[in-house]
Amino acid sequence: MESPFGLLAELTYRCPLACAYCSNPLNMADYTDELTTPEWRRVLGEAADLGVLQCHLSGGEPLLRRDLVEIVAAANGLGLYTNLVTSALGLSRPKAEQLRAAGLDHVQVSIQADEQAVSDRIAGTPSFRRKIEAMALVKELGWPLTVNVVLHRQNIDRIADVLGLAEEVGADRVELANTQYYGWAWRNRDALLPSRAQLEAAEVVVRAARERLRDRMDVIYVIPDYYSRYPKPCMGGWAARQLTVTPNGDVLPCPAAQSLPLPRANVRDAALAWIWADSPVMTAFRGTDWMPDPCHSCDRRELDFGGCRCQAFQLTGDAARTYPVCHLSPDHGLVVDAVRAANGERPIDLVLVPRPHR
Amino acid sequence: MPSTRPTRSDAVDLSDRPRLARHVRLSFCRTRQRPILQLPETVVVLNASGATILELCDGQRTVAGIVSELGARYQTVPDDEVQRFLTRLAARRCVEISG
Repeated sequence: MESPFGLLAELTYRCPLACAYCSNPLNMADYTDELTTPEWRRVLGEAADLGVLQCHLSGGEPLLRRDLVEIVAAANGLGLYTNLVTSALGLSRPKAEQLRAAGLDHVQVSIQADEQAVSDRIAGTPSFRRKIEAMALVKELGWPLTVNVVLHRQNIDRIADVLGLAEEVGADRVELANTQYYGWAWRNRDALLPSRAQLEAAEVVVRAARERLRDRMDVIYVIPDYYSRYPKPCMGGWAARQLTVTPNGDVLPCPAAQSLPLPRANVRDAALAWIWADSPVMTAFRGTDWMPDPCHSCDRRELDFGGCRCQAFQLTGDAARTYPVCHLSPDHGLVVDAVRAANGERPIDLVLVPRPHR
Repeated sequence: MPSTRPTRSDAVDLSDRPRLARHVRLSFCRTRQRPILQLPETVVVLNASGATILELCDGQRTVAGIVSELGARYQTVPDDEVQRFLTRLAARRCVEISG
């Protein structure tokens, strides 16, 4: 077992946006007893001692934490590289200047589409204008800027214009991530899953943009795994490189793993080092011993680590099943059926169920 | 202010003056006892000579200057190895070249 490299600190699940693809859990009310500032300071210290080098401050909307500047300063003081993952709502000039002074290294701003009406509709709140202003502020204060876009059936046809917008705001990186189906996205899967024709058109645009922009902007494209033959190496393997701490202090291998029927491990009850090394939630699917066939005897088991446990659970009800995205999975028909339906006579703009703000 | 030429596609020349990109941080990991490079989404664990090369990337020294400095410290450092290392990091935008 290696030391973890990254900590995803989910500071709160409160959010001014209501995106239907949100990966936050459906039972958000169970996470309102948020860690205090001293508790986060302790968690960050334990994480740094464990070998964590990157600290991703996320949520929900991390700017809703009044102590965000203090948390950034604490992480920075520990030598962690700090990355704010934000909707940018609440990133006023004074707040941004305080975060800069506290040592924040990098800012990722989400946007829901390239056009105000579409972006605001998907976000569930007027936000587009403020996001664009915040991106300019991020650049003005000298931060590297990543623009994050979650792709799905209702915005993927606009990908060329989304890339154009990222270029216009001077993004250093743009992350185009196809939706993964857990949390609220699982609930909205039918309305979010694109068709094959949509994906193929998008991939042509991405390839051309990578070539055109290669001296200026990194274009990261996260593939839609429902359309892949094999799973992608989710998190680089279960509890191998990253850990997530939820707003109430639960520790997980990834932000979606709260949905799995595993015993909880919480920083209020145990040391992070013990949780990482020995808690059942971390050891359940670490390595390859847990794998059933066809994974167990598969040549690719060290390449994709059996894929995503959380989506395997959502699809089959058993987190230890081979991930049904893989064409070798005995449950692959579940994915085939979902893809077939997405390529049938389904409208593009089905109604989305918004996630609540808290 | 010297102009900055991102050299994602080109090899780094001996006359180039590399420096670390602003969003990249060179430091030391106590837990792993190894020098590291911290980037927005990833960490590069370095060996000692890699770290030394990057410490010398101050935007003033040329690549040739870095090679001779390394030669003085380590005896054998083929200059094309330094160029290859810096070209790789420039392609990942960890290193910028001042022209």
